[in-house]
Amino acid sequence: MSTTHSLEKPLTLEPAGNFLPALGFPDLGKAAVHLKRIGVGIVFPLFLLYLWQVATERVWLPPQLLPAPAFVWETLLDMLGSGELATHLLASLQRVAWSILIGGSIGLAIGFAMGLSKTAKAYLYPSFSLFSQFPVIAWSPLMIIFFGIDEALKISTITVAVIVPFAVATYKGIENVPVKLMEVGRIYQFSFTQTLWRIALPAALPAVLGGVRQGCMQAWLALVFVELLASSEGLGYLLVYARNLMQLDVVMVCMATIGLVGLLFDFALAFVEHRFSNWAPKGR
Amino acid sequence: MATFKDKLPSIDPRGFVLPALLLLVWQGITAAGWVDTRIIVAPSAVLAAGWNWINSGLALESIGASLFRDASGFTLGAAAGITIGLLLGTSKLANTFFGPTFHTLKHISIFAWIPLLSAFFGRDDLAKIVFIAFATLYPVALATIEGVRAIAASQLEVAKVYGFTPRQALFRLILPAASPQIISGLHLGLIFAWLATMGAEFLLASTGEGLGMTVIRGRAAFRVDLIIFGMLIIGAFGMLLNELATRAESRLLHWRGHAR
Repeated sequence: MSTTHSLEKPLTLEPAGNFLPALGFPDLGKAAVHLKRIGVGIVFPLFLLYLWQVATERVWLPPQLLPAPAFVWETLLDMLGSGELATHLLASLQRVAWSILIGGSIGLAIGFAMGLSKTAKAYLYPSFSLFSQFPVIAWSPLMIIFFGIDEALKISTITVAVIVPFAVATYKGIENVPVKLMEVGRIYQFSFTQTLWRIALPAALPAVLGGVRQGCMQAWLALVFVELLASSEGLGYLLVYARNLMQLDVVMVCMATIGLVGLLFDFALAFVEHRFSNWAPKGR
Repeated sequence: MATFKDKLPSIDPRGFVLPALLLLVWQGITAAGWVDTRIIVAPSAVLAAGWNWINSGLALESIGASLFRDASGFTLGAAAGITIGLLLGTSKLANTFFGPTFHTLKHISIFAWIPLLSAFFGRDDLAKIVFIAFATLYPVALATIEGVRAIAASQLEVAKVYGFTPRQALFRLILPAASPQIISGLHLGLIFAWLATMGAEFLLASTGEGLGMTVIRGRAAFRVDLIIFGMLIIGAFGMLLNELATRAESRLLHWRGHAR
């Protein structure tokens, strides 16, 4: 159904649509519409910025609670210049990378095992679905006891967060591989490795990539949580540290960085997912 | 998602092998004294600690306090989420003005808000409830937007032909038509709210009671038995809420039947 914009007609508060062509202006195509949309979209943030500026000038809130925009900007430049932000960001990204590597491998293995073998599914699935219902957050105190508050804690916690989406997506992807494709493999008497590499993996790839995206977002979420909980470096640590010193300018810079990295992750992975979404054989 | 009833007939005994093995090994190594029993506590000790905790009456108080926060935050967040979702979904003007800001802010990892919220609202119930509301808001709002945008053009035309006022359109068309997505958004919001409740209680551990705070204090006091029991309770409540939401979802959407 292509009814995405259908609702606007009877309910809009303004004349709907792009009326530029109707007035005889040259139609610049989609670029103009996009530019216009971005132009309008930036109005509200600018208004917020203005409000923020006014609020700090007239001291509606104590400056400790609401630092001036210019001050936050200076802090950002400072932290960029001194390399402080980069150091902490790198520490955080390293943790995420390790966890995705470890958790991703475990998740893929569990997903493939459950998807390809009925026996493995019978043994693993009930335990796995129970495990997947326990939030990572609930694990963290136990992990602190086992692993202390060092690197092992962060990596293990984020790893647990990554395993579930990877495994679920892989399992679903393989389960949804068209039966016809598997039958063709059986007729050609494919060995297990051949079935895996030539049929199951390519056909399940889009779903697996969806899981990768989910897993990365979960990893980023868990990273911030675990760094807030116990850490000596990383963006989350910087957040807590700055908050305890009531340096809300640093807090805001950290939040913006966390948001930006999340955004970049999402865009990059959505791009990859989109690129590969249409290549899977449909088996029809 | 399969309901409990669907799962019942097809219980495969092989599913119990792994958990049973784990329990056996766990009890075995602690009973044999191969490990430091302060770090790896025997399953029986976990049960004993849990029993004492429940009998002392503290458990009820903690769970009650957590559920109260969860419910308050969820209610606020769900109301705000549906309102924002309806606004951004129905009004093109609102969407062009607020949409980009809304969709950019959602990329800030939810827990990153906690330090800022704690600066504004302190470390007590208020900060926690605001945070839980915040965590609920996004999934509900996003689902509502999706639901409103998926309404068929033909249905909107009927509303137009009948000369529906905006109020009539909202209550007779938009809300009923978007209800499947809104309800699944609320379901997701409920799960997020419980997560956020635990997260807030861990990160903003203050005086007062709460399931998460009991667990995090158990960590400080090195009460591994209490931590594990608390974890089980947290997980159990998460599953219970999920199960309730699943049932409510199918019951609330029952009226839709085979309309199409």
